Formats: sequence, structure tokens, C-alpha cells
Amino acid sequence: MKIIVPVKRVIDYNVKPRVKPDGSGVDLANVKMSMNPFDEIAIEEALRLREKGVATEVIAVSIGPDKAQETLRTALAMGADRAILVVAEDVEPLAVAKILAKIMDEEQPGLVILGKQAIDDDSNQTGQMLAALTGRPQGTFANTVNVSGDAVHVAREVDGGLQTLSLKMPAIITTDLRLNEPRYASLPNIMKAKSKPLAQKTPADYGVDVSPRLKTLKVVEPPVRSAGIKVADVDALVAKLKEMGVAA
Amino acid sequence: MKTLVYAEHDNASLKDATLAVVTAASQLGEVHVLVAGSGCGAVAEQAAKIAGVTTVHVADDAIYAQQLAENVAPLVASLMATHDAFLAPATSNGKNIAPRVAALLDVMQISDILSVESADTFTRPIYAGNAIATVQSSDAKKVITVRGTAFAKAEAAGGSATIEAVASSGDAGTSTFLSAEIAKQERPELTSAKIIVSGGRALKDADTFAATILPLADKLGAGVGASRAAVDAGFVPNDYQVGQTGKIVAPEVYVAVGISGAIQHLAGMKDSKVIIAINKDEDAPIFQVADIGLVGDLFTVVPELVGKL
Repeated sequence: MKIIVPVKRVIDYNVKPRVKPDGSGVDLANVKMSMNPFDEIAIEEALRLREKGVATEVIAVSIGPDKAQETLRTALAMGADRAILVVAEDVEPLAVAKILAKIMDEEQPGLVILGKQAIDDDSNQTGQMLAALTGRPQGTFANTVNVSGDAVHVAREVDGGLQTLSLKMPAIITTDLRLNEPRYASLPNIMKAKSKPLAQKTPADYGVDVSPRLKTLKVVEPPVRSAGIKVADVDALVAKLKEMGVAA
Repeated sequence: MKTLVYAEHDNASLKDATLAVVTAASQLGEVHVLVAGSGCGAVAEQAAKIAGVTTVHVADDAIYAQQLAENVAPLVASLMATHDAFLAPATSNGKNIAPRVAALLDVMQISDILSVESADTFTRPIYAGNAIATVQSSDAKKVITVRGTAFAKAEAAGGSATIEAVASSGDAGTSTFLSAEIAKQERPELTSAKIIVSGGRALKDADTFAATILPLADKLGAGVGASRAAVDAGFVPNDYQVGQTGKIVAPEVYVAVGISGAIQHLAGMKDSKVIIAINKDEDAPIFQVADIGLVGDLFTVVPELVGKL
């Protein structure tokens, strides 16, 4: 069984994003970029399924700029077997899902495991959209994944706790934070990743129109919260709470 | 414009999250509500009473008992033949279903909106709320999820909508519900609590978290939240997490105990009216957003506070 794992190159998790002064977007020039953290978890889960003998091949896919090659090399260094880069800038989740649906047609994977959301646009859409376009079941916000015969059991993080579903494969899974702790790529594996196959494609190869449906009119900083006061001790805090009517 | 609001419910009662979505929808046009569930008649009755709702569509069928996206999305998509916008709360349920609906309609969803600027233009947070984007949709139909804390709740009483039964769209047959572990919360739900007490990694372990945070929450009648670090360390279950990828809250008062204030956590609570921070590190970023800060060891400060309240 093959597993496809889409990965996205995004601003590094630890970098504080800055809005461009002209309001056209977030400044990404000279900013450290990394693999979306949820996608690292997705790669890790696929690798574990391969190590358990459930999967035979892990294919990392990125739809993004040329530089997304680096993100794919990271996936390969973690242990993915091969990679596909579909070169396109600023593609929306719907178009990404359409391209992934075509790649699913070609590769016939048993599972597609995606991050639940990218930490740049925070859309949380691609996995669900891919599931809709292919008519396959979805296990979003996965906390635990167990393959059992031709079904996959997914425990999902929902508002009140956990919900476990059984999905007929092929199935689409999106990862939540606690699914696993992704491994680091070792130096020998980073070297090895350089010679693993990475195919380059374009959206046109898949016949997908990637023109955006949403137009960003402007991007602004959120209202700033300024620091308030510091109180010296608990008594002063209690007095403040009483003032606010929080404490009697 | 005719809108269709997805009702958040557990087959027995309507959840408050629905009310904020009704407010957002009313800014676009006529508000219809869809209740998809099993034995959910009482929910439909409640939905019909929401001020401003004109029609409640009820799809009552065993296949909707768990509101599986595979079964609900085709139902919504078929109803969208006669509606112009679909709005769901940005809850785990809404986030699961709405994009599946959007793709069936070939529409690019607008996630987690903060405001309605016009019939096709909305604001939404990006980069963990570090930027707010104004986006305009060119799709004929809109599919939207709504951030509950950004809209006032519609009145739960006073309306008298017509209730119409909708035929089931059938079982997709690709997914089945196995089990749920839903924690019984006697405390206020995080997303609707007026006061929240949250604990961070500094709470050491599950027992210390419970022994320190819960008495304070009890005193204040507060809901209990946690930072990602505390959840990852297993102090509390995942549904306690406040932050970019957890719950977004905006209570009257948010008390952050032993939370340093990573941007991902701030993204989930910085719209709280008053933020109180207790932390022993006076340089902790949480103090940059706190209205009232107390620098001190939480293990002495919190029990003292509980004693004096």
C-alpha cells in the first residue's frame, strides 16, 4: 500500500510574522521557512505505518514554489521514498485538493495523510476537500491511526474529547498535534535524501485550473493589546478582582 | 440572499455556537437553519425560536446521528441549490463538514470569519491571528465558517420559524462511528465561559495541575483551559487546549497561570476582555498582553489567592 503525504513550505513555527507596511500581505523576505508542523506529523505517521509493514511506499507531494523542493528534501530525509513537486505559487486549498485528487488517480494510494491546517493561511480545508472530490471518507484531526484490514480506525480530537471512526480505505486523514512526535532527519539520511527521486510537474500536467477564487484586498495587523499594570502581591490582585466584580 | 446555517447540537439540544453564526448570516440575508441529526426534533424546535430565523430544515435520520461528514455534506450540497451561502460554526464539527461541502459545490471556503464586510467580502485571521486579511470571494455560492467569539449571539427566544422536513440523502457507506470518549464537564464550556483559568507547563504534572488550578476555577466559577505544553505533557485532555490549533476563547476574564505566552497560545485568547497573568518570569511574553500581571511563584500565589477570594 502506498501513502501520499502532501507537505507545505511555510513560515517557521517560531518566527513572528510581520505585516508588510503596504498592507499587501505578510513579509516573507529573508524569513526562515520550514515544513508546516502538522505535515511533519503526517510524514512521521506514514513512516511508522511503513515501518510496521502496513505501507510499502511513502510519497511526499508539495504544490508550491520551486523552493518547496527543500521541504520535500526534508520529507525525504525523514524517510519518504520519493517526492513530487507541482510548481505553482499561492495555490488555494480547493485547487491543491484538485491536483492531489489527480495524483491519487495516478498513484492509487491506500491513505493520504495531510496536516489538518497550514500555519500560514490557517484554512483547515485541503484534506476535507480532497475527500469530497474523490468521494472517500475523511478522518480529520487524528489523534490515533490504526489500519485494520481494508479499514482504518481514526480517533479524532473533537470539541468534547475523542471520537473514533472506521473508514473504508482509501481514506483521507488529517493530523492533529498529538498523533505523534516527528523524528529528526539524521545527517546520513539528509545526504541520502539528495539522491532520492523528485519529479517536477505543473498544474497543467494535471489539467487543473489554479486561478484563485478569493482575492485578498488587504492584510493588516490585529488590534494591539498593550501591557497593563503589574500588581505587587496577592492582596492587590484580590482588590483588582473585586473592583471588576469578579470576586465578591 | 438566502443563507443556510449549520446547527451545532448533540441531538438533544442546540449549542450556543449556532447563535453567533445566525448573527453572521443575518448580515448577509434571510436566515435558514439546517438541523441534521437523529431524533433531533427538540433541537429543531429550539432553532425555530432563534430570533431572525425564518425556516428550519430538519433532516432526521439515523445516518446523521453522529453527523459524519460523508453523509452530511451531500445533504447540505443538495440544499444549496436553493440557498446562496452556507455558514457553519468554526467548531471541530463545522471545520470537518464545511470544506467537504465547499468542494462538492466547487467553491473556495472562507474559514473562520471575524466580520462580514459585504455580501462577498469578509475578514479572517491568518498566521495565528498575527494578521487579519480582508478577502473577497468570486464564487457564486459562499461557504463560510464563523469564529463564534467575533459575533454577538442571536437571541435564543422570540423567533417563530417554519419547520420543514428534508429527505435523507442516504448513507455514503464509507465511514462508521465506533465510539466516543466525551469528557463530562461540570464546569462551564470553554467557548462560552465568562471566566477561564488556564494552566501551563509550570504546573508540573496532572495531579499538581488539578490541585492548583481547580480550586481557583471553583472559586471563580470558571472554565478550565490549558496551554499546548500542558496538554502535550498529559496534565489535561486535549479538549482543554486554548490556542491557534485548539480552542479560540474570549471570556470576560482570562487567568493565565504559569503560561509563558507563546504566539500560538496568545492566538487563542488575546481577545479576552481582561487578561490576568501569574508567572514567576517577569519577562514572560504573557505580561505584554496582560492587563494585570503578578510576578511570583504560582505555587504560593495561587493558594494564597484562593484563600483570600
